[in-house]
Amino acid sequence: MKLAGLLLLVAGWAIVVGAVALLPSAGGRAGFVLAGIAVELFGLALAIRAHLVLPAEGE
Amino acid sequence: MTPFVAPSLVTLPEISAVFCLLLILLVPFAGAGLALINSGLGRSRSAAHAMVGALCVTAVAALVYVIVGFAWQGAAGRPDHGLVVAGKTWGWIAAEPFFLRGLRLDLSPAALVMLLQVFSVGLAGMIPLSSGADRWRLGAICASTTLLAGWTYPLFAHWAWGGGWLAQLGANCGLGRGFVDGGGSATIQVVGGLTALSITWILGPRRGKFSAEGMPVALPGHNVVVVLLGCVFAWIGWMALNSAGAMLFLSVEPGRAVLIAINTTLCAAASGLTAAVVTRARFGRPDASLIANGWIAGLVASSAAAALLKPAAAMIVGGVAGILVVWVADFLEFRLAVDDPGGAVSVHAVGGLWGVLAVALLADAGPRGQWMAQVVGIATLLGFVLPLSYGLNWLLDRVYRQRVGREGELQGMDLFELGAGAYPELDIHGDEFLQR
Repeated sequence: MKLAGLLLLVAGWAIVVGAVALLPSAGGRAGFVLAGIAVELFGLALAIRAHLVLPAEGE
Repeated sequence: MTPFVAPSLVTLPEISAVFCLLLILLVPFAGAGLALINSGLGRSRSAAHAMVGALCVTAVAALVYVIVGFAWQGAAGRPDHGLVVAGKTWGWIAAEPFFLRGLRLDLSPAALVMLLQVFSVGLAGMIPLSSGADRWRLGAICASTTLLAGWTYPLFAHWAWGGGWLAQLGANCGLGRGFVDGGGSATIQVVGGLTALSITWILGPRRGKFSAEGMPVALPGHNVVVVLLGCVFAWIGWMALNSAGAMLFLSVEPGRAVLIAINTTLCAAASGLTAAVVTRARFGRPDASLIANGWIAGLVASSAAAALLKPAAAMIVGGVAGILVVWVADFLEFRLAVDDPGGAVSVHAVGGLWGVLAVALLADAGPRGQWMAQVVGIATLLGFVLPLSYGLNWLLDRVYRQRVGREGELQGMDLFELGAGAYPELDIHGDEFLQR
């Protein structure tokens, strides 16, 4: 889950960069940038969840 | 990959360059402030270790940055490697020689940029120190700082400040002025804050921080007076940092330093007071350490846009930062089990992200599309800097264990790693916080 989260973070960023570099229209670009951000937030949530520490580990 | 020269920095008249140099020479006060805050918010048995760690971070960051960091970062108008995509050239990494060869070290803008970076990369490196307090080995601190100063920081700094692709969003895509980050809310603070998050994840919580039921146990800082003194030092350093950064990266005239100093102060003031009100409402009394964190979060949030805000807008930026820092610190500890003793993630990462966004929401209106440029910058921080920082530190942890062993944590970092405590005449090593 940790790796999946980090990969989703990178994938979301790739969508954002691709949209900025390749799409000419402002509307399409904004849509893909927001979609990329959504993918990143999902990845961040996964990464956070993967790092939730069980009480025994914190002792 | 196409070598090209990015748009040049604005040449400063000599009097302006001298003024900028004087401002840059005040920036280490920000580092001194953070070092005091980190030390005060940690435990007494690790206080000397925290200060030695801060000094080592500053030293390693300066050496590594001069040897390799500036070669990757460069400055606008200096040699660069570009990628051609859809007919447009995007700068992705500088093409400077190592050891600053080829750079005239005088009052030229590129030399001033380099000097500012030598200090600010140390500042970024000091941020993770507070999240790893009481359990991060000194050798690992130095190794991790090497990765930050040699790779993570220069790469993002090139994109935002060195004429790289984020700075080119305005010219290449018509997105406002391109990514705007005058004093380093993103480049220094968020990069440091996300590295701090990586470090907390990799190190895990301090022994005894969470009960068997998963509830966090309060491990209060050992010297709030030192923490609050650190806030004052940081304030001085931040006014200088924001002013010098705005002159070099936003090309504002020297007279704008007055507005920048006012806005920086207003942000910190509003944020600190808001944190006081919020903690008073939540806990019945204002919380000194969270007020200090609120003050620093206000400084952090001010950095990106201090040169572009009206004073009233600066108060709003600070007020929101003060609310965010308290809420996020609680959320991280109680809901996400993140043990971040100095609040680096909530103060620097979240405060910095808010500062970057505030440019789009509250700064004086520039060309259209600025909000998109800022959002792309935030996406880059979360989608590139966080995975890179985590990956590098995870790899480091595989070859060199970053967390101190059980014995070291129980004994305290001062005695275990340095052989002497910060307060040898006081009996301070009994740990009433540890569950037995």
